[in-house]
Amino acid sequence: MVAKQKIVGLNGDEASAYATKQVDPDVVAAYPITPQTIIVERFSEYVADGLVGSEFVAVESEHSALSACVGASAAGARAFTATAANGLALMWEILYIAAGLRQPIVMAVANRCLGGPINIHNDHSDAMGARDSGWIQLFCENSQEVYDASVEAWRIAEHADIQMPVMVNFDGFTISHTMENVYILEDADVKKFVGKRIYMKTEGPKGEVEFKLDPDTPISIGPLDLQDFYFEHKVQQMEAMKGSLKAIKAVDKEFEKITGRKLEYVYPYKMDDAEVAVVGLGSAMGTVREVVDELRAEGVKAGMVKMRLFRPFPVEDLKNAIGNVPVLGVMEKAYSIGGPGAPLYEEVKTVLYDLPKRPFVADYINGLGGKDTSPEMIRDVFKSLQRIKERGAVLEPVSYVGVRE
Amino acid sequence: MSEITLKEMSRKPDALICGGRLCAGCDETIVVRQVMKATRGPTIVTSATGCLEVSTSIFPYTSWEVPWMHCAFENVAALASGIEATIKAMHKKKEGPLAKYPTVDVISFAGDGGTYDIGLQALSGAIERGHDFTYVLIDNEAYMNTGIQRSGGTPFGASTTTSPAGKVILGKTETKKPIDEIIIAHGTPYVATINTAWPLDVMKKARKAIEVDGPTFLHSLAPCSRGWRFPPEKTVEIGRLATQTCVFPLFECRQEKGKPVYELSAPSLAIAKRPENKKPIEAYLEQQGRYRHFFRPARKEALLKELQESIDTRWQILCEKAGV
Ligand SMILES: Cc1ncc(C[n+]2csc(CCOP(=O)(O)OP(=O)(O)O)c2C)c(N)n1
Ligand code: SF4
Ligand SMILES: [Mg+2]
Repeated sequence: MVAKQKIVGLNGDEASAYATKQVDPDVVAAYPITPQTIIVERFSEYVADGLVGSEFVAVESEHSALSACVGASAAGARAFTATAANGLALMWEILYIAAGLRQPIVMAVANRCLGGPINIHNDHSDAMGARDSGWIQLFCENSQEVYDASVEAWRIAEHADIQMPVMVNFDGFTISHTMENVYILEDADVKKFVGKRIYMKTEGPKGEVEFKLDPDTPISIGPLDLQDFYFEHKVQQMEAMKGSLKAIKAVDKEFEKITGRKLEYVYPYKMDDAEVAVVGLGSAMGTVREVVDELRAEGVKAGMVKMRLFRPFPVEDLKNAIGNVPVLGVMEKAYSIGGPGAPLYEEVKTVLYDLPKRPFVADYINGLGGKDTSPEMIRDVFKSLQRIKERGAVLEPVSYVGVRE
Repeated sequence: MSEITLKEMSRKPDALICGGRLCAGCDETIVVRQVMKATRGPTIVTSATGCLEVSTSIFPYTSWEVPWMHCAFENVAALASGIEATIKAMHKKKEGPLAKYPTVDVISFAGDGGTYDIGLQALSGAIERGHDFTYVLIDNEAYMNTGIQRSGGTPFGASTTTSPAGKVILGKTETKKPIDEIIIAHGTPYVATINTAWPLDVMKKARKAIEVDGPTFLHSLAPCSRGWRFPPEKTVEIGRLATQTCVFPLFECRQEKGKPVYELSAPSLAIAKRPENKKPIEAYLEQQGRYRHFFRPARKEALLKELQESIDTRWQILCEKAGV
C-alpha cells in the first residue's frame, strides 16, 4: 500500500539532508564544499535541534570525512557523508578502500567540475573519476529523485547480496540549489523502510561472524592482502557489483510499493519508433525530454534514454531501451583527456559493439564547468544526429556542444 | 585511576599474539603488548600503514586477538574518530551492536611517518574535536616499512636512505619536530612519553591514557635494529640509553584549568635530581650504525658537541616546565 506523503518545497541539497534526517544514521562526517554545503549545514541544524540521534563529526577534510565513515561503518554504524568535486577527488584513495572493505556507506555528491582552473559549477568530471572504485552510482534528474535515492540508497548499500557503498549524484546548482516540489514520506515510514542495518557474514578465527568491529567477535579488517588473495578479492567485488543488478531491482520494487513511484535503471522516452536518440545522465535529460517533444511535434522521430544507474552499468536494460534506433548521440558533462571519447560514450559503445545491428554513435560533450546546455544546443545535437543518419556515417565522433570558436 | 601491578598484567592474555613477521628484536610489538596489557575492557584497535600493520595482518592470518582495523597511512586518527563517534551514537541511541558494552576504548597505533608527517592533519583534527581515544605514536624515527627513509621525526644527523651520510652532507640536516609540544599545545588532556625498557611505567601511563576522557597521546621511542643499525638483542638496552642520556626523557603532561602540567617520570626524575647520573649522548649514538659517520673515519667533535648542547638545552627546558 502506498504510504501517506506530503509535498514540500526542497532543493536537491535539502532533499538529501531531509531524507538523511529521516534515516537518522549513526554517524555523519562531512566537510563543506560548494555546491554540497547546504547538506552539512542543514544536517548540523538537525543535530543542534536534537532532531536526530546521529553523531556529527565536523572533520578537517574530505579525506578524513570518508575515513571516519569507513571507521564508523566498520564499527557497525550507518555512516553518511556528502561532497563534490575537489572534495571527492581528495577522497579518491579512501573511495577504493571503502569499497574494497565492503562498507555500505552512503554519500551524496552535488556534482561539480574538477579544478583547475577552479570553478564551482556543474559537470560530471568528479563522479566519473570514481567510476572504477567500486561504488554504486545513481544519477538524479531532479530533487524528487534525490530524495528517493537518498532513502533507497541505504537498502541498496546494505542488501545482503550487495554490501557496497552508494553514491547519490545530482547536478550542482541545477539541482542542488533549485527549489522544487518533492513528495516526502513520513519519518516512521522511512524508518520502517530502511529497517536495521544488515551485516555481511565472514569467516572469523572461531567460525562465522558478522563483518564488523565487535569486542565479542574480534576480527581484523583491512589486512595486508598479497598476491595469493588480492586478485580473488577483487573478482569477488566485481562479481558482487554485477550481481547487484538483480538486488537493486528488488529494492526498487519495494520502494515503489510505499511511494507509488516506479524506479528504473534507464528510462526510455519515445524510443519505440525513434530514428535519432540521445542517451545521458542527470538534470540535462529533463531539457532533452522537452526538446524531444518539440521535435516530435515537428515530425522528427526523436527519442531519448535517461540513465539513473551508472554503476553497475545496466547493460541489458540499456540495450533494450536503445532498441533498434539507427543513430544515437551520447550527451555527457564529462571528458577523458586523451581518451577516444568521454566515459559514457566509451561505455555505451562497448555495450553496443556486439549487437548484430548496432547504431551509429557520436559523443556530444556539453556543459563543462556549468556552461548552460540550452534547448537550442540540444536541437543542434539532434540536427547533427539527423545528418549522420542521412550520410550513413559519423564524420565527427566526438564534438563539443556550444563552445565558442 | 585503577592500579596496575606486574603480577596482574602477566596473567592477562596478550592482544597481539604470535605469527607476526616483524624483524627479530623489533620494539613495535613490545610497545603494543605493553600498552594492550593496560586495557580496561572491550577495546578496538586501529593501525596506520607501516611495519606493525603489514607484519601482523597478512591475510588470511592475523596476530590480533581484539577487533583491529587498518584503512590507510595518513588517516588512522580519522578512522578512530568514526569508530568513537559510533560508540557515542550507539550509547546515546541505546541501540546498535556496541550499545551493550558499558565502555569501548579505541586505541590507534601509528609510526612517526604516520604521525609527524602525512597523518598530522588527521591527528590534529581528531584531537581538536575531542574524540575519546588513545593515540600511540611508535616512533622509530624513519619510514621503516618502505626502507628507512627520513621523516619529520628523524633526529638531526641520523643517516637514512633519503638523508644518507655522504661525503658532503652528514645525515639529516634538520631537527626532529617537537611532536609532544605540538600535541600538548592542542590542549590534549593527557600526553606521555613511554619506553619499553620500563614496562610498568608504560602500562601505568597507558591505563591512565585509556581512562582519561578525551584524546590522549602516548609517544614511544621504538628502537629499530634494521633502521638504526644495531644487533637485534640490543633493542631494550638502546631504548634505555635514550632515556638515560636525556635524548628521550620520560614525562607526563596533563591539563589543569587550561594549563599544561608537566611531571617527570621516575627514570628521568632520578637524573634531574642527580645530574651526575646523566650519560653523555655518545653512549647512545656510538651503538647505532645510523650515527656511524659521527665517529668514523674521524670523530666529528664539533658535531658531537653541537648535538650534546642541543640535547642539554631541551632537557633543561623540560626540567623547567616540570619544576625541577
Ligand atoms: C598515501 C601513502 N603514501 C605512501 C605510502 C607508502 N608507505 C607505507 S608505510 C610508509 C612508511 C611508514 O613509516 P612510519 O609511519 O614511520 O611507520 P614504520 O613502518 O616506521 O613503523 C610509507 C611511506 C602509503 N602506504 N600511503
Ligand atoms: S624495520 Fe624496524 S620497525 Fe620495522 S619490523 Fe624491522 S625492526 Fe621493526
Ligand atoms: Mg617509523
